[in-house]
Amino acid sequence: MSNDILVLAEHDGQAVSDITFELLGAARRLASGSGGQVAVALVGGAGLTGTLGAASTVYVVDGTSGAIYSPEVFEKAFLGVLKEADPRLVLTGTSTMGIDVAGALSVAWPAPVVSYVVGLEAEGTELVATSQIYGGKLMAEVAIGGPHAICAVIAGSFPADAGRSDGTPEVREVAVAGLDSARTTPRGVHEPDTSGVDIAAAEVLVSVGRGIGGKENLEVVQELADALGAPLAASRPITDQGWLPKPQQVGKSGKKVKPRAYLAFGISGAPEHLEGMRDAELIIACNTDPNAPIFDVAHYGTTADLFDLAPELAEKLGS
Amino acid sequence: MRILVLMRQLPDLVEELEISSEGTDIDRELVKFVMNEFDDQALEEALLLKESSGAEVVVVALDEPDVDQALYTAIAKGADRAVKLTGVSNERWMSTHERAAILAPYVEESAADLVLTGVQAADDLDGQLAGVLAGLLGLPHAAVVVGVELKDSTVLVTQELGGGRSVDEEIDLPAVLGLQAARQAPRYAPISKIRQVTQAGGIEEVAAHTPPEASATAISLRRLYVPERSGHAEMLEGTPGEVAERIAEILRSRGLVKG
Repeated sequence: MSNDILVLAEHDGQAVSDITFELLGAARRLASGSGGQVAVALVGGAGLTGTLGAASTVYVVDGTSGAIYSPEVFEKAFLGVLKEADPRLVLTGTSTMGIDVAGALSVAWPAPVVSYVVGLEAEGTELVATSQIYGGKLMAEVAIGGPHAICAVIAGSFPADAGRSDGTPEVREVAVAGLDSARTTPRGVHEPDTSGVDIAAAEVLVSVGRGIGGKENLEVVQELADALGAPLAASRPITDQGWLPKPQQVGKSGKKVKPRAYLAFGISGAPEHLEGMRDAELIIACNTDPNAPIFDVAHYGTTADLFDLAPELAEKLGS
Repeated sequence: MRILVLMRQLPDLVEELEISSEGTDIDRELVKFVMNEFDDQALEEALLLKESSGAEVVVVALDEPDVDQALYTAIAKGADRAVKLTGVSNERWMSTHERAAILAPYVEESAADLVLTGVQAADDLDGQLAGVLAGLLGLPHAAVVVGVELKDSTVLVTQELGGGRSVDEEIDLPAVLGLQAARQAPRYAPISKIRQVTQAGGIEEVAAHTPPEASATAISLRRLYVPERSGHAEMLEGTPGEVAERIAEILRSRGLVKG
């Protein structure tokens, strides 16, 4: 049984994503204890191997569609690498790619999957993964003892710097048959909408979540945002409902923001939202539920009703 | 064209969860169960496809607490049929791989053209259903789907990639999709309509296949625990006016207030 760890790389054709470096850092730390090697599987993006110096080997599969992501092509390509590299542990993110490939690979390889991982430790010959489930309300500790396992790790769980290293890892090309005959055909990538306000550039953000109740109530927080000269941002339910434009969404599927102050109104703090704003310098959260997870990352909190608090605050700041 | 929507029940996360005495499951006695919110998105997308193409929509769920209510609600919203797979243990946590193994033979026999389900569930610790099920059935699949359009023998899908990027792809049918969001917010069914549908009955009960033991993909859960809070906000107390005054002071002291 090998002790090798294989990281499934994510990239947009131009650069390798942060999550990949986070996983590489975690893999290096685990491998230094267990004596295994760290490798990366890269589908498309063959020009990016130079940034993957934290790995000793990079397995490159040239996908038929170049850099464009396609679940079926990536899954087949990764399976080809898994068969060749035979690692003990496969690391991926809980990103779209990770959600797509982890489950399907677990059946084909086969191996248990542990999702929503935020911690990984070696315990003798076993690995122990810690995961965040039930929306972050509970943690699960899972023992990984078998010859194969796949862990899907939540972004931001490990430092990316620990996995960033230029270098010349050994590059091994893997030929995978059948990529041409995939039943999935990419039709194009949409880049982020950059029209309208750029919330990522704002010094202060007033952000609103499900607690606002309805589009007609946005006026209350808009007045506060105006008093602060700040744009409005939102959590996913608000942009899904169409109450605010998609480019104003903060979180995993929206933007990552790091303002000097983030004022959260009626946002409970799902892990996907926290991923996008937890690095703000100052977080002030208003939520009527004292157990809302947003208070775990906020510096200041209040359980006041946002419909009482926001107008009061707008008035005090406006005067 | 037949669309299956795979739905499931989950503990209502608005309420507190307690851990059972064995330490590896939640205490299910007092938990309120509700439909997985992402499955509701999958149902909405299926109903939109039905409206545009005349497809038949069949909702399928395992026999889980309060599932009848969810199935009748789906019929009240416009689903053509509701199927409950019975004979499975519903009083404990069930892994995604077990769930997929129970659903796979039913999906295969149902001759579905398209299978929709939620992108994830709050307790799917061992991976997400769409990918595992597609793996078992050898079907193409995509998760984090935010748009679906039916063509003759394919489906056009938009998948979110994160950070505002998305990708369009055309997938041969049959396919399995994990929905993040339907093209519009899930519709509501009037209570009177749900009551009427419930009185009429009409949930089809089908005995579930017993899944084979799948030790190669089984995870070994050691324990559940409540996370220690690494930090917690300093809570500001007082009337809304007093709290507003404190927040204004904090913002001013950091030079964040203009004028």
